[in-house]
Amino acid sequence: MPPLLKLILMRIGLGILTLFLVSIVVFAATQALPGDTAQAILGKEAVNKARYEALRQQLGLNRPMVQQYAGWLGGVVRLDFGNSLVQDEPVTKLLARRVENSFVLVAIAALISIPVSLLLGSLTALRRDTKFDISVSIGSLGLASLPEFVIGIVLMLLFATQLFHWLPATSPVSPVLPISQQLELFILPALTLTLAVAPYITRILRASTIEVLESEYVMMARLKGLPERLVLNRHALPNALAPALQVTALNLAWLAGGVVVVEYLFGFPGIGSALVDSVANRDMPMVQAICLLIASVYVLANLTADILTILVSPRLRTGLR
Amino acid sequence: MESATTAGPATTAARDVVLNVEGLRIVLDPSGHDIDDDVSLVIRRGEVLGLVGESASGKTTVATSLLDYQRRGAKIAGGRVEIDGQDVLAMSPAALRGIRGGAISYVPQDSSASLNPALRIGTQLMEILECHGFGASTAEREARLAQMMAEVLLPSDKQFLRRYPHQLSGGQQQRVAIAMAFANRPKVIVLDEPTTALDVTTQAHVLDTVRDLTKSYGVAALYVTHDLAVVSNLADRIAVMYAGRVIESGTRDELFAAGHHPYTRKLLASIPDITGERALRGIPGWAPRPGKRPSGCAFTPRCDWAVDHCREEFPPVEELSPGHRVRCWRSKEVGAQAADLDVHLRDKSLSARETEEKQVISVRDVTAFYQRKEALHGITASLCERRCLALVGESGSGKTTLARCIAGLHPHKIVGDIDFFGKALARDARQRPRATRQAIQYIFQSPYSSLNPRKTIGQILSQPLKVFFQLSHDEMEGRMLKALEQVALDSSLLSRYPDQLSGGERQRVAIARGLAAEPTMLICDEVTSWLDVSVQAAVIELLAALQRDMGLSMLFVTHNLALVRSIAQEVAVMNEGRIVEYGLVDAVLDDPQADYTKKLLSDTPTV
Amino acid sequence: MNDEIIVNDSELVEPPVVHADRRPSEWLMTIREAWHMRRTKIGVAIFAFIVALAVVGPWIAPYSPTQFVAPPYASPAPPKMWLGSDYIGHDVLTRVFYGGRTVILLSLAATLIGLGLGVSLGLITGYARRWIDESIMRILDVVLAFPQIVLALLFVSILGPRLWLIVLMVGISHAPRIARVARAATLEVAQRDFVRAAEAFGVPRWKILFNEIMPSITSPLLVEFGLRLTYSIGLIAALSFLGFGMQPPAADWGLMINENRLGIIIQPWPVVVPVLLIGVLTIGTNLIADGLGRALIGIERDTGVG
Repeated sequence: MPPLLKLILMRIGLGILTLFLVSIVVFAATQALPGDTAQAILGKEAVNKARYEALRQQLGLNRPMVQQYAGWLGGVVRLDFGNSLVQDEPVTKLLARRVENSFVLVAIAALISIPVSLLLGSLTALRRDTKFDISVSIGSLGLASLPEFVIGIVLMLLFATQLFHWLPATSPVSPVLPISQQLELFILPALTLTLAVAPYITRILRASTIEVLESEYVMMARLKGLPERLVLNRHALPNALAPALQVTALNLAWLAGGVVVVEYLFGFPGIGSALVDSVANRDMPMVQAICLLIASVYVLANLTADILTILVSPRLRTGLR
Repeated sequence: MESATTAGPATTAARDVVLNVEGLRIVLDPSGHDIDDDVSLVIRRGEVLGLVGESASGKTTVATSLLDYQRRGAKIAGGRVEIDGQDVLAMSPAALRGIRGGAISYVPQDSSASLNPALRIGTQLMEILECHGFGASTAEREARLAQMMAEVLLPSDKQFLRRYPHQLSGGQQQRVAIAMAFANRPKVIVLDEPTTALDVTTQAHVLDTVRDLTKSYGVAALYVTHDLAVVSNLADRIAVMYAGRVIESGTRDELFAAGHHPYTRKLLASIPDITGERALRGIPGWAPRPGKRPSGCAFTPRCDWAVDHCREEFPPVEELSPGHRVRCWRSKEVGAQAADLDVHLRDKSLSARETEEKQVISVRDVTAFYQRKEALHGITASLCERRCLALVGESGSGKTTLARCIAGLHPHKIVGDIDFFGKALARDARQRPRATRQAIQYIFQSPYSSLNPRKTIGQILSQPLKVFFQLSHDEMEGRMLKALEQVALDSSLLSRYPDQLSGGERQRVAIARGLAAEPTMLICDEVTSWLDVSVQAAVIELLAALQRDMGLSMLFVTHNLALVRSIAQEVAVMNEGRIVEYGLVDAVLDDPQADYTKKLLSDTPTV
Repeated sequence: MNDEIIVNDSELVEPPVVHADRRPSEWLMTIREAWHMRRTKIGVAIFAFIVALAVVGPWIAPYSPTQFVAPPYASPAPPKMWLGSDYIGHDVLTRVFYGGRTVILLSLAATLIGLGLGVSLGLITGYARRWIDESIMRILDVVLAFPQIVLALLFVSILGPRLWLIVLMVGISHAPRIARVARAATLEVAQRDFVRAAEAFGVPRWKILFNEIMPSITSPLLVEFGLRLTYSIGLIAALSFLGFGMQPPAADWGLMINENRLGIIIQPWPVVVPVLLIGVLTIGTNLIADGLGRALIGIERDTGVG
């Protein structure tokens, strides 16, 4: 088997292993810990032993843990997460529209933040120590420090409630209307996500681009008399590609977690706000499903970045030991 | 330093001057301290000028300046670099791009870093032809490419050209760089220590290639190096740099036969002599770095000839004979001194001594593994008391592996017996009894890596004392001072950190650390490979004296055959994990039996 | 081979002072160097100011944080109510004075837990045998698969919103990230010859880890500390904002922001002031971390260390 294929399959295998272990963590956290689900649901009424035992029986909490896990995992693989404890409807049905909403939100944020950070990252590296570079660096340093809800609220204050009243302060996307007609509601949350993640990525990209630009092989290319355009495009760019890919994956992975606070802040009906509600309500099946989903996105994003990096680096591609 | 206008008629008038550097000055940016000052060089068609210098000499920065290029942190502050009359430093950016890779090309020190890891070598070779507009068609360029590769003895088939740099060996990478440099038949080539990272054998090939191509195409070549032995076989003229200035220049013979600058003479005296006739003499001290250079002659603190005037004012250029220039107030006296006085005959009594002593280390049929492969095959050797055995070989020969096995630092599988005074040694040093660990001390190759940068010298030296002895605080201090004294270092260094010391001093501290344990045996693993030639000589002097005076047994690992006679009585020549020849130093080097030894001897450059 | 030429011929580097008087240890130099930068000074000033506010606040507050001083969402009326009242009628200024302590304390605690765990794991995996390294890193990968806040929420869902839990979970979520940095630094140091020399002397592995390796990785960890503290503050404040940290009627900046969100149009101050304070605090800590990071690069370059 060619070493390249072997390498990629190994990575995929590792990803699957990680997901498997993730599912164990999710399961263990929500069903295997003391203070179990039945108690959570019954609350005070758990004192009533009979009802408590009955509920445990009903939820299948009496079976040995491994069996419970196997059963649960079987359901998960079939995308069956059980019913929500709060609304007694299939989790998948309740999440469907929310997943869609969050997906669009993240997509918008990614579509803006990825090109912007790639552009700013490389430009600031090329125009190092200029006023442009310094101001972008200060700005990104500041933004990168702030928690997402701080950025969100500042934007809200600026554009919705205090200074300008251009945009709606909350984003209650209706499940009835198509998303395309409610895009205005997506603006503030998407902008918040973008401003939260782009600066961080820009700084990383700037550092790795500078490393490429100061490398021996770029110096050699210049000493060969190559025009600067060629030096950048043919020599610098391919080597900056791998870090750019990894950074993009980081970007996406981060967004998967950033939605939680941002959606809650803007009242946006997505999986993030669903998670907050579910946690508050101790709605275990919902919590399990959403955590699994978010973690999977994360693992998948990193896996894709890993594989793309391998494909793009000749050293790794030829399976060099 | 050299001036094109005063070339005498008797010398090289027949050849034109191609490269004329005048008053080149390069400074650190932004502090403005000078790295190089008032550098002037002249190179003619088909001539090779060796630019020789040690650390902090500034020779590397001169190299890239000839193409009007400096890395971040330095800038060219003055002077002229004329190629066929045109000043490179005054050119427009477009013109500059035209001559880079065209009229003047550059061969880097480390091609593994200078070749783009993401591009195939075919692309990188072709582009230098394309961007200088060679040939009217792709076919013509491909033909030229094939010719270039043939000249450097590399294949030019499609398969090979599709390789990436990491798929080539170090020697092959360097040849690719040379091919690129000669591609457009340049007028001037700047070679920046291109063989430093290569094995002696590969280095010999590369030097041959450079010599042939330079002569056939009549290229003016600047060969920057620290290795006088290399340059003595390759260069027609030599310029010696010290602390940013050219202090002497002339033909090879003029400098080697009768150098007129104290540094030149001392440098020559510190080159290892493979014939063993001349003992190594180092130069104490170290060269001042940019920003620390005095207003007078920078060599004064280390110079045997210094007078007060030297401290006050830097000597001007003095032309002793056409083409032979020197900057020294006492040049005539220095030159007049007969060469013989510099030569100290080596004490040969040691190698003739009969072997009646006990065997300290006995290695019997040892095979060592490294990740499932055999690194050593069936090695048998022994080291006797008060003797020094040199392990010589190129990289990958297994010499370091063997040393590490003996020291207990090879954490992989070992088959066979290694005995210490007749008793078997545990594979891992930690499993050995304390007395054994104390008796065998190991000195590492890199002075930058073997001392903990977060500890003071005192803390570093106290480590073996704490491990091996029960001493009071005062006793410990006493022993540390004694160890420092043995390696000729000042006691004030105890409170300093390693980065405040020069490379040579750090290596002495490493030796002191070994001595502090009061060992029976020292294993020196390429301990001078990272040091300047003059510093190396001093360290070898020290080690030889220690071995003699303290009766230590020593295992001396090195890749430099020329060093062997200066320190060892017996030598084992290794190749690919085996000992190919083994015996007394004089016997092996004067009359080698094995083919590999003969080859190694012929490839090792000598003065 | 003769790499002294490459290393020392980095003539472009301002050389260290050779043989000068004693110089201080590396991390002290890093701190001193960082202090010279304006950004660090600003960061420290900000941090000190807000910490002082949080510590001293309760003593200079005009009222008690649970005291009703006015109808809900009353506008500022100095000098009685500088910032107005909140959603229920408490004095906003008082609550601001009382509200910083928990955020800062919890964030510090979480960061220290993460640092302790992460550094230990990093040191061990960097210096141990391959299989120990691999297995621990796999486990850490699993923790890394969860965004930090999601991990905290996962456990809060079953165990409820307890302060010790969010501190623990935030700390645990920091650990793998810090471990990666510590491991990389350890790996680099562990292959150096002075570690080998200590092994040759027979110094036990744990001693080598503490005396030889750990001192060499303190500087990058100093930078990590600053960075992680910044994120801790953000995470803990966010968890309080979501309602899983401090519970009402306690005064807490994150909680205040959530409680008073609905009235933002008529009475923005109970939201704006805590938001500004949290934001400025995180900028301050990040400035310190950044200053330390730059100083570190500079010092390593100059001393050839690192």
